[in-house]
Amino acid sequence: MRPFDYRRAGDVAQATAAAGDATAAYIAGGTNIIDLMKLEVSTPARLVDISRLPLHRITQTQDGGLRIGAMVSNSAVAADMAVRQRYPLLARAILAGASGQIRNKATVGGNLLQRTRCAWFQDISAACNKREPGAGCAAKDGPNRMNAILGVSGHCIAAHPSDMAVALRALDAQIEVTAADGATRLVAMDDFYRLPGDAPHLETCLAEGDLVTSVILPPPTAETQIYRKIRDRASYAFALVSVAAALRMQDGRIAAVRLAFGGVAPRPWNDPAVEQLLIGQPPSKDLFVHAGEALVAPAIGHGGNDFKITMVQRLLAAVLREASE
Amino acid sequence: MTETLKLDGPSREALLDRAAQGAIGRGLDRPEGPLKVTGQAGYAADARLDGMVHGVLARARQTGTITDHRLEALKAMPGVVLVLTDGIPRNPAQGAVPTAPPAADGVAYTGQPTALIVAERFEDAWHAALAYDPQITPVAHDLDPETAATVETPEDKQRADDGWQDTWDAAPTKVDVTVTTPSLTSAPMEPHAAIAMWEGDQLTLRGGLQMLKFNRKSLADALDMPVAKIRLLAPYVGGGFGSKLGVAQEAVAAALAAKQLGRPVSVVMHRRQVFEATMRRSESRQRIRLACDDAGIIRATAQEYRVSNLPGEAFSEPVARADRAFYATDKLKITHEIARIHRMAAGSVRAPGEAIGIPAFEMALDELAEAAGIDPLELRLKNTVEADPISGLPFSSYPLADTLKAGAKAFGWQHRPPRQQQEGEWWIGQGLASAIRGHFAAEAEARVSLTAQGAIVETDQTDIGTGSYAILRQITGEMLGLDPADVEVRLGDTAFPPAFGSGGSAGAASSGTAVLLACRALRKRIAASLDAAPDDLTLKDGHVIHGNRRTALAQIVPQEGWCEQGHVAAGDISDKVRTTTCGAMFAQVAVNAVTGEIRVRQMHGTFAAGRILNHKTATSQCHGGLIWGIGMALMEELHHDPRDGAVVNRDFAQFHIPANADVPPLSVDFLDAADDWGGPLGALGLGELSISGAAGAILNAVHNAAGIRIRDMPATPDKVLDALDKLGS
Repeated sequence: MRPFDYRRAGDVAQATAAAGDATAAYIAGGTNIIDLMKLEVSTPARLVDISRLPLHRITQTQDGGLRIGAMVSNSAVAADMAVRQRYPLLARAILAGASGQIRNKATVGGNLLQRTRCAWFQDISAACNKREPGAGCAAKDGPNRMNAILGVSGHCIAAHPSDMAVALRALDAQIEVTAADGATRLVAMDDFYRLPGDAPHLETCLAEGDLVTSVILPPPTAETQIYRKIRDRASYAFALVSVAAALRMQDGRIAAVRLAFGGVAPRPWNDPAVEQLLIGQPPSKDLFVHAGEALVAPAIGHGGNDFKITMVQRLLAAVLREASE
Repeated sequence: MTETLKLDGPSREALLDRAAQGAIGRGLDRPEGPLKVTGQAGYAADARLDGMVHGVLARARQTGTITDHRLEALKAMPGVVLVLTDGIPRNPAQGAVPTAPPAADGVAYTGQPTALIVAERFEDAWHAALAYDPQITPVAHDLDPETAATVETPEDKQRADDGWQDTWDAAPTKVDVTVTTPSLTSAPMEPHAAIAMWEGDQLTLRGGLQMLKFNRKSLADALDMPVAKIRLLAPYVGGGFGSKLGVAQEAVAAALAAKQLGRPVSVVMHRRQVFEATMRRSESRQRIRLACDDAGIIRATAQEYRVSNLPGEAFSEPVARADRAFYATDKLKITHEIARIHRMAAGSVRAPGEAIGIPAFEMALDELAEAAGIDPLELRLKNTVEADPISGLPFSSYPLADTLKAGAKAFGWQHRPPRQQQEGEWWIGQGLASAIRGHFAAEAEARVSLTAQGAIVETDQTDIGTGSYAILRQITGEMLGLDPADVEVRLGDTAFPPAFGSGGSAGAASSGTAVLLACRALRKRIAASLDAAPDDLTLKDGHVIHGNRRTALAQIVPQEGWCEQGHVAAGDISDKVRTTTCGAMFAQVAVNAVTGEIRVRQMHGTFAAGRILNHKTATSQCHGGLIWGIGMALMEELHHDPRDGAVVNRDFAQFHIPANADVPPLSVDFLDAADDWGGPLGALGLGELSISGAAGAILNAVHNAAGIRIRDMPATPDKVLDALDKLGS
């Protein structure tokens, strides 16, 4: 671990000002960045502690949605009554991830920005384009059981590890970002995360000093919300694959559906074509099979993770069956 | 005076049967428990010595010959006081080995520690260790046991009975099953650690070590110094599971660096180093063939397997032994192949051999039961034996049938054909497996002092979380008529009489017997002072009852107290009896037809291991084995990178062991009966018994639930889905 400066920010302006260069990093719950600093995967010269910023509240928005402060702990989101009643998908996804201790420390903002757990990303002696642009990708030909099958490139097959973010994608959440100049903007999930392409080290749309301040949930539009996750043990394991679904039936047909997938891509995965294929249709086994095939049409396995291609189809079909009953 | 006993025949201590004090067998709490849960028990790396500096082992990134360690830049890094490259062993010593761990000759496996960086602060040493990048001329090595060029077949580990093939050919019912198990880690909660300090030519080393008597000799050999000049301290060890049987790299490196610097040096392995540079359990491929007659009696047995290790390692996972069998069989065939490959060293991990050999055998037995159309419980009962069918030797005690019957009743065994029970997406089923594990006791010494205040036990036996502190208290309390709370047990210091240590489940029977013998000598002193025969005394609650007189021990024992030693010597009983522990394990599982996930819903074990010295610590040990069985069956696997053999998943986030949610209600019973061949204590080794078969019970239950056989452990969801697809679900 390398020496670093530590500054505690009292307000958002102080935070963005203190973090306005490439050598700085924010720290909130610290459940990920501390590990990465010990391994010297992350080597910030300055940590800006944002854990005391006044972003600890969950409030109603004017249109009937929710605003969740970036410093609200994962546990607090999952326990919030409004979340549990109106966005049960979010509560279930959060509780499907990490452990009780980690959820108590980890924040909403930190969860969104956690790094991939790809084994070679976490090993500074291995080739990793995400950690060291141009170094190569050791994961492609290694035991890559936990790596991604969708949205990957020849330069990187890392998977995003979050459960919470998968739920937020299915709920069409937006992320509020405050820039160093004080300006705030709202970013959709798909615009927030970049796909690796030929620059896997660039993971989000955030510029230096940008701070995630809130997550905004629109009013819930679907009656049925489901989160299911397949993992190698019953708790405290990242998803092999997960499916988040928000679905509304009308007159025996699927009237609205939002789907997002975890464990399979560098970001919470969504495919509008799959949703379009389902909308207006009566639920059937064939329809769900068709949706699964469409979902994995662009999938690429790398040996150790080939199984995810069929696994995610199975899980999608089961989730759709349950949601449309 | 030393009371000596050679274990070469049956013996019995009647006082334990009488249990006047009532200390033996009771489920007493561990005396050191409160210290452990309040952080006051000092583990190896907890000491902060004056002037102490911190060493971090640095890894080589590829195998080959080191042409330049490139140390100049490292030495210039902040805080670095020493970089050491000479004398760091290739890998840890194997268990019960009194010689130095193997010397390094280049880099034999990826991740091998080839330098020690010492700095004033831990963070500086760690930073420099990460920067270590020696120049290495790569050497191509075999990495895959299946394609290795060198495969050894030691003669004494093979067996092929005459007529095996004819018996096999003639049998009406047979199965031919291949089971594979992956590399596994022991990774105890406490990482390997040592703090070394020299005073003149005298070395004191605090370490995470299981077998101090051997470790001391091994370290002396590595450092080329007299054994008597070394003192090892390991009063608390945070788990070992075999990985701390032998002296490892951190202890040798700490001693060397401390000598060079003239300062105490602490070396703690990073969790990732424990995973990649200590010891793994070898992967195995086991072909098992079983043939039975129309009555269901097994006639031919074969277990042919391949394991692996680094060149030069004498240890190879003893999956099945060539000289014994535990069920009926007329003919036995054993093939033991050792592939020489350059993955990290393989060594003893909890219950070496049986831990993977018995589950695989029990899975094949389940398939034989299906082929023969016999209930799996019934098949086992038909094939239990009174004597080892290979050697003809009787078992000293082997109540396998009793454990099977008692366990089946406690669990509620009701075997139905596969796929008879479904709850939503979940198939529900039951499975069983026997637990079988060899027993031995070894030479051990102990000293017991008796004063008016109570007794003090001293031996260099270790307690690696197993309960040594508790049971030695109880044995002493029972023998001397003391409340166990009045017995202080001091362990883990080579200044005390040498014991065997914690390995092979032999600790309790070995050091426990030594303590018992010392207590016998003390009873003689008490008796002599009363002019009585020792057998005529009853000692209870700090008093001596003789005739109709009751006298406080405090009035008999002199001010300075009495001190006696016990010495148990291992005798050779291998031509007289076979000593073995056994049990029966039952599992109910649920298999999800959509996700492929398996959840164990209930497990039960009934075990027989002679006299149970403490029902609470014994039950905890058995829980541990059952839980490890869940891990082995469902999730545990070291992933070796096929390109360089490296362990990819080298921390607990990536190497999965059961979490709380994976562990269902567990129940454990014992058939508690002294075995006279286990020495006067009558106790047999217990620690490793319950892992020796557990995974088989679970995977047999998976078949009963969903109709699929997962023969490639662990049974992860992808394998389950694949098998379900092939079955046409």
